[in-house]
Amino acid sequence: MEVNQQNETKVERKSDLELVVTHTVDAPARLVWEAWTKPELFRQWWVPKSYGLNLASCEMNVRVGGQYRLAFLHEGSTMEFFGTYLEVTPPSRLVWTNDEGDAGQTVTTVTFSESGGKTLLTVSNLYPSKEALEADGSTVALPESLDQLDELLAGMGAK
Amino acid sequence: MVQHVQGFDTTFGAIADATRRGVLEQLGRADASITALAKRFHMSLTGMKKHVSVLERAGLVRTEKVGRVRTCRLGGRRLEEEAAWIESYRRIWAERFEGMDRVVEELKQKEKSNGS
Repeated sequence: MEVNQQNETKVERKSDLELVVTHTVDAPARLVWEAWTKPELFRQWWVPKSYGLNLASCEMNVRVGGQYRLAFLHEGSTMEFFGTYLEVTPPSRLVWTNDEGDAGQTVTTVTFSESGGKTLLTVSNLYPSKEALEADGSTVALPESLDQLDELLAGMGAK
Repeated sequence: MVQHVQGFDTTFGAIADATRRGVLEQLGRADASITALAKRFHMSLTGMKKHVSVLERAGLVRTEKVGRVRTCRLGGRRLEEEAAWIESYRRIWAERFEGMDRVVEELKQKEKSNGS
């Protein structure tokens, strides 16, 4: 994976089952690690603003075998996301399972790679099936124009 | 989602190649003949024909022969849907990272002010 020049966010589909997101942060890995592993920090950014959802609770027991549980309030009902941390190697690698889906377990692997005071974040989501992968992206409204084509191509590594 | 799931792999295979992505980008700006594309990408006419036919099979490009010239344009809705699909996924993460960058920046500032 090449290092991003700017702090842009790229998505690459690696296979039928894997989507990889990369983003460079202008900070050392130990600080980025904190943002991912301290619940009081994590809850400040994990939910994209445009979702308009409130995080009702955020419990994270960041150790191998530890559990996490995020609860959202949505139109009066509660949605929960939960799973187990499989690998916890500060400040370079964090792996957890996503156990809330009906179609099996998705495994998220986050690597923090520091270079020159910046940190390249690589988030890989490995889905249990092609269908599960393709269903994940469809949770938001699809934009309708082709305007994003250039952006997509750039995002896929076109030079 | 259901309609475009078929052929998803053909499409991703087609855009796995840098030249073909370049061709799509080019056609996104304006239609072009195979001859013009071959020239633009410093390639033989036969080589470009092959690339275009891969894109055509994936439903990404349509070609039409008028007289002696074969014109290529972006084709099919599939690309549009798939571009949108990846883009919507990317957008969620971009938004998320925007928030994360802010949180990390605060940590950085805090550390700086504690250190000085």
